[in-house]
Amino acid sequence: MTGIALHSHDMPEHRPTVGLFVTCLVDLMRPAVGFAAVKLLEQAGCDVVVPAAQTCCGQPAYNAGDVADAKALARGVIDAFARIDYVVLPSGSCGGTIKVHYPEMFADEPAWLDRARDLARRTFELTTFLSDVMKTGPIAGRLEAATAYHDSCSGLRELGIREQPRALLSGIQGLELREMDEAEACCGFGGLFCVKYPEISEKMVDVKVDAIAATGADHLIGGDMGCLMNMAGRLQRRGLDVHVRHVAEVLAGTCADAPPIGESETSQAKTKIA
Amino acid sequence: MDSTAHSFVDNAHRALHDAKLQHSLGRFKEGFPVKRRAAVDRMPEFDALREAAREIKDHAIANLDLYLERFTERAEANGTRVHWCTDAEAARQRVLEICRDSGARTVAKGKSMIGEEIGINEFLEAEGIRPVETDLGEYIIQLRHEPPSHIIAPAVHLSKDQVADAFRSHHRDYPETRPLEEPEVMLAEARAVLRQEFLAAELGITGANMLVAETGSVVLVTNEGNGDLTQTLPRVQIVIASLEKVVPTLEDATTILRVLARSATGQDLSVYTTFTTGPRRGGDLDGPSEVHVLLLDNGRTEMLGNEFREMLRCIRCGACINHCPIYAAIGGHAYGWVYSGPMGAVLIPNLIGIEEAGNLPNASTLCGRCEEVCPMQIPLPRMLRQLRDRQYRARNSPAAVRYGLSGWAFLARRPALYRLAMSLGVGGLGRIGRLKRNGGRFRRLPFADGWTGTRDLPAPAGKTFQQMWSERGGRRQ
Amino acid sequence: MSDARETILGSIRRALDRREPADVAAAAVAARLTNPKANVIPERGRSQGTDALERFVFEAERVNATTERVADLASVPERVRAYLQAANLPAVVKVAPDPDLAAIPWDREPLLQIATGKADDHDAVSLTGSFAGVAESGTLVLLSGPESPTTLNFLPDYHVAILFVDRIVGSYEDTWARLRARAGAGVMPRVVNWITGPSRTADIEQTLLLGAHGPRRLHIILVDGASSSAETS
Repeated sequence: MTGIALHSHDMPEHRPTVGLFVTCLVDLMRPAVGFAAVKLLEQAGCDVVVPAAQTCCGQPAYNAGDVADAKALARGVIDAFARIDYVVLPSGSCGGTIKVHYPEMFADEPAWLDRARDLARRTFELTTFLSDVMKTGPIAGRLEAATAYHDSCSGLRELGIREQPRALLSGIQGLELREMDEAEACCGFGGLFCVKYPEISEKMVDVKVDAIAATGADHLIGGDMGCLMNMAGRLQRRGLDVHVRHVAEVLAGTCADAPPIGESETSQAKTKIA
Repeated sequence: MDSTAHSFVDNAHRALHDAKLQHSLGRFKEGFPVKRRAAVDRMPEFDALREAAREIKDHAIANLDLYLERFTERAEANGTRVHWCTDAEAARQRVLEICRDSGARTVAKGKSMIGEEIGINEFLEAEGIRPVETDLGEYIIQLRHEPPSHIIAPAVHLSKDQVADAFRSHHRDYPETRPLEEPEVMLAEARAVLRQEFLAAELGITGANMLVAETGSVVLVTNEGNGDLTQTLPRVQIVIASLEKVVPTLEDATTILRVLARSATGQDLSVYTTFTTGPRRGGDLDGPSEVHVLLLDNGRTEMLGNEFREMLRCIRCGACINHCPIYAAIGGHAYGWVYSGPMGAVLIPNLIGIEEAGNLPNASTLCGRCEEVCPMQIPLPRMLRQLRDRQYRARNSPAAVRYGLSGWAFLARRPALYRLAMSLGVGGLGRIGRLKRNGGRFRRLPFADGWTGTRDLPAPAGKTFQQMWSERGGRRQ
Repeated sequence: MSDARETILGSIRRALDRREPADVAAAAVAARLTNPKANVIPERGRSQGTDALERFVFEAERVNATTERVADLASVPERVRAYLQAANLPAVVKVAPDPDLAAIPWDREPLLQIATGKADDHDAVSLTGSFAGVAESGTLVLLSGPESPTTLNFLPDYHVAILFVDRIVGSYEDTWARLRARAGAGVMPRVVNWITGPSRTADIEQTLLLGAHGPRRLHIILVDGASSSAETS
């Protein structure tokens, strides 16, 4: 046993192939995050593929109690990402669905349970993959920003994502992290929740927005598009000048490719001048 | 207690626009969670205690029949009269019989959630018996004819002015113009008023935090001491307890006590933890002559047999409520029945029906903070999801959700069609967004009112990632 | 009544899917009950001797009890008189008829009016013994009985408790062991009171106030020396 290198289990020796699970919201609303993720993965020494057959992880159906549809979608994902070294998502929420809930869904179907567990084992949220598997260490870059960081609930509590994005971001020069109160509180997005119970959701996002404002930060960074769109939408409705970014864009240094979430090209131009 | 859980959305709307309530809730959030954190930090073995506590309850629940029989045997050997009650009505009738037999006209009450569940106060009043709540918070809401808004802090929704108003209108023996601004003064007044009630009461009713099978003892925890006066001064004592309160031994009760107060109020222990075993004995100078324990099922055995069995581990500490962002937004009354917060959203549909309380399991983002702080590690988010599953299968979910989801799932199961539909949708929205020249975002979209009513929605970029990846000739496998 | 009992036990057995006489389960349950074992005892509950005494005092004061230490029971009357004087209270005390306290030489403070028995509404100050003190949380353990009426612990505004230092133990579990050794396994006094500081409430705007229904003040006099009632000073 002495001949086996200690790191061989956690750090791949060959150049691994990573299947990017784009996620619905990135696919539809913010492709720039997908390209940022690709860039980061390639920089870290991975070959990136984007299986065409991927659609949705099934979380909306699962959370609505529609287990049959959720399982149908899960089977599709399991098939689409079979035989790829790793599956990486720019989302802790969809990552939690695959890693935690797929095995739950198939608890009574042994054949699929094995495949679900196998996929869960190979699946990582982007920042945890870079930090814990590829062990990239802090990622070099530059962004002049005082930023709050939002820990999305699924990522934080289902996958234990907290230190990884902060560690990666510590290499970004000019970036000052300002932790907020209520850091572990939900932003009120919750998928269908925010459209089914908009008043309660508004109250929750206001608590969050107040906490962000209290830090005096001019940026908000996070790892999940749903939460970020929710908070960006409320920040803008309340007229607060906080620019919202997905952590992948900041780490990849691709902020110039797209305006901050929910802002237009013109407002980005203004920001740059300012 | 009558339920208003069916009008949850209206209840929540009213709560969100109730300035006094919102002020109280703002203060509430700062309190319990901070104190819990400090208490847990002072106890390095907290997680080990949680594990042990969970094992105890799982074991007790898996052997509920045996432990209840043992409890009954030991309790009866010590002179306690044990009454088994299948439902709320049976429990109410049994309480009434005991009151009638003892000639009780004034009943001192310790705070009891089971008492709320079976609506004992309204029932006794209708029978001409006067129940007096003795926990300060519970007394205040009894004066205001309100249900509790929190299982361990029943009056947490009220301001001190509202308390003062309640005292002025009910304590008629005190001068109208007395100063009543300071909480200390209000407490002194309530203490004096309630002391006379304690001395007058012929019968006391309390709940139970635990029942100990080994000894036939009832464990009751309070901070005020009202529970102890209630179970010491009146001649007759009634304890109402649901079945799942039983634990095997004194050591097991002790382990659970170590996590209970820490999780609830952030105390190491509540001030008074009392183990009572039967009535007054020969030579005793005080204590009740009769002790009755009601063992109430009221839906517990059904949960024992279904996927909500783990909910029976709940020790009613309130930690899930104290950390719930939904509760923090709307308070306890919006839930519409005895319980609230995540534990309420699981218990209420189980106890009074999902048809009545269908909104409760849905009004959650499944953020998971409740499970994280639960000393019994009850998988509350999973249970909320299971209730949604139950609704979905019973076709009780709203049609818009059902059709929306099925449509989405239909597409998502067909990748090529999905990609086409997404690119068409995104292209369309993107074009509208650009045409509107409103800064690349929507302030109002007819089919997304729930979102755009309170937030802007960014307009999509115009092409999906999948389209762009194909155009760039990116690798597919 | 027995109908309801059988109905409920039947529902439980169905829910637990108990198919046959559950001998194995019954044996496991019986074993657990006959031989109660401690679960997790935190480090804080493992102190002994002087450490336990210090921990007890620290924890009790942390929850707003007051403490003082005296060499023997003979010092108690003077300390009680001084305590009442400092609190501006009448020199009247209702004392538990506890043989452990019989050796207190009350006649050394002739101005103190001492009565024994249970507490009534007009008693402002009680004095009781204690079965044990738990260092882990500064908790007093009192057992009810003819010598220790429960009302003394709750009705008066001021509760003065005598705690012999040699009765301080590390954890709650230690007190159960002592109780079983004294009374026998499974035998409980009518009431076991754990008291951790004076009565309190935070029901009005979460403001912490002492003295809700029970005593507003809890004063613990720690007494060195032997705790047996046979050995008098």
